[in-house]
Amino acid sequence: MTERITKSMAKNIYYGGGTFALLIFIALTFDTVHQIPERSNEVNMTESVVAGKALWEKNNCVGCHTLIGEGAYYAPELMNVFQRRGASDEVGFKMYMQGWMASQPLDIPNRRKMPQFNLTNEEVDNLSDFLIWTSKVNANEWPPTIEG
Amino acid sequence: MKYSSQAVAKPYFTFALILLAGEILFGLLMAIQYIYGDFLFPLIPFNVLRMVHTNLLIVLILFGFMGATYYLIPEEAERELWSPKLAIVTFWVFLVAGVATILGYLFVPYAQLTELTFNNLLPTMGREFLEQPLPTKVGIVIVVLSYLLNVVMTVLKGRKTVITTVLITGLLGLALFFLFAFYVPDNLIMDKFFWWFTVHLWVEATWELILGAILAFVLIKTTGVDREHIDKWLYLIIAMTMISGILGTGHHFFYMGAPEYWLWIGSISSAVEPLPFFLMILFAFTMTRERKIQHDNEIALTWAKGTAVMGFLGAGVWGFFHTLAPVNMFTHGTQLTAAHGHLSFYGAYIMIIFTIISYAMPILRGRPHGNCKKAQKRELTSFWMMNIGMLGLTLALSAAGIVQILDQRVGTELLGFMESQESIAGIYMVRAGFGLLVFSGLITYFTSFFIKEEA
Repeated sequence: MTERITKSMAKNIYYGGGTFALLIFIALTFDTVHQIPERSNEVNMTESVVAGKALWEKNNCVGCHTLIGEGAYYAPELMNVFQRRGASDEVGFKMYMQGWMASQPLDIPNRRKMPQFNLTNEEVDNLSDFLIWTSKVNANEWPPTIEG
Repeated sequence: MKYSSQAVAKPYFTFALILLAGEILFGLLMAIQYIYGDFLFPLIPFNVLRMVHTNLLIVLILFGFMGATYYLIPEEAERELWSPKLAIVTFWVFLVAGVATILGYLFVPYAQLTELTFNNLLPTMGREFLEQPLPTKVGIVIVVLSYLLNVVMTVLKGRKTVITTVLITGLLGLALFFLFAFYVPDNLIMDKFFWWFTVHLWVEATWELILGAILAFVLIKTTGVDREHIDKWLYLIIAMTMISGILGTGHHFFYMGAPEYWLWIGSISSAVEPLPFFLMILFAFTMTRERKIQHDNEIALTWAKGTAVMGFLGAGVWGFFHTLAPVNMFTHGTQLTAAHGHLSFYGAYIMIIFTIISYAMPILRGRPHGNCKKAQKRELTSFWMMNIGMLGLTLALSAAGIVQILDQRVGTELLGFMESQESIAGIYMVRAGFGLLVFSGLITYFTSFFIKEEA
């Protein structure tokens, strides 16, 4: 197969094909950036949501959890934790989160442990708001089930 | 060694291997914590172990690439390196920054580390693989730029070959796409979208150019095949890499908030992604069959062929398993991703570093014909130990992923994440066992360096 292809043909496929792919990619990038605000309900991205994202990063939560499927696989997916643990009720979920975060690490021998992050009540609320906002992102029907 | 400045590659290779030992060691600790949650807790929580494990991997690959470049660029450009002194200074700067960062991860709680390192000025931390504090990220940029300067200046003044052009294109891409590590929008989805510009376009595009260039260099040296012929293959491989890899970024945009058209674009392009790796197998084995010389360093060629095969399995086959959107709906965010990650990084990038070290290190140590037969035999033993270990580990993680999907995502009686993980504990033991085999293989590899030459 390769006998019929010359070096200059191969070179042209590389430069031509590479440039073509790159141009399509750039064009689609612009379109995606244009669509993300609507798909993610950016209008509902309150200060508390933004503060929650900063806390999510500051405490390296993604080092154990996945969020919309990305991260580590040591601890549960959190995109739909609002539905799973809060039954889609904001007040209930926030109360649950206060209790949950305060009781870490759980005293169950050899269960995987979540560290105690010593967050204030307001910070835990920020995290809850961030997770509630995330749960409403249009991720093309993912996750497939409530268990994530 | 033809040019004395090639010697700067030696500390880079040595340190890359030391980091590799650390990386695997932390991997083993994680494998144990996966089964016994109390192991090392709260001394080193999982997220810290993982950060050390993945960051050591990235840094060791960069050290390996730099060593490889400093070794091959003078021979390709047919002149001494522009500034060997700069290469040595860069080595120490990178080493100190790397070690300081790892120590920071281990001894300072992460939240405190963000405060100590001015993360509030420009928040970049706490994102997977890009956890490094701001000063480290800036350090990486400086190190990469000075490395690029050194390489470009050497090539500009010397002979330009297809290998040097491809290598420099890869390095430019590496430098350019790292800049997205500094862009962290408040919107999580926008953040995730551009995060992939660094992560995917490094591993599945620009790094593959670097990999191709190093592989082509070693094949020229060990088979003596005509350069024109090698160049054609290299172009074909990287052409397929670019065509499939760039739009293949789309396979990360299926289920994270990006538009629907990525389901099609990502699936179609990334279905082609195994092709460049398949071409790499054809390339390595065809060149071996058509070889003009019988190089005494046989093990270097074995590593080169191994890179192609294991890269194809890890990146190509294991990537393809879950790259089609309807399948990815169920596999996204499971241990299958981890399985693919492990075998592809090992097969493509760790093995190309073994390849160049296996070829260049004996020459740097004054053994132009390679190590003695006994040392090569030991190296071959380590080659099989590590390959079998990585394959076993990958199969175990794949099995874990499949059980996880059946437990949590298929049927009506679903298990929660933690219960599902408990049901997988046995498989995680198997994984840890194969991990231990990989580590033993690496130690065996290290001992091959200390086998005395026959008189």
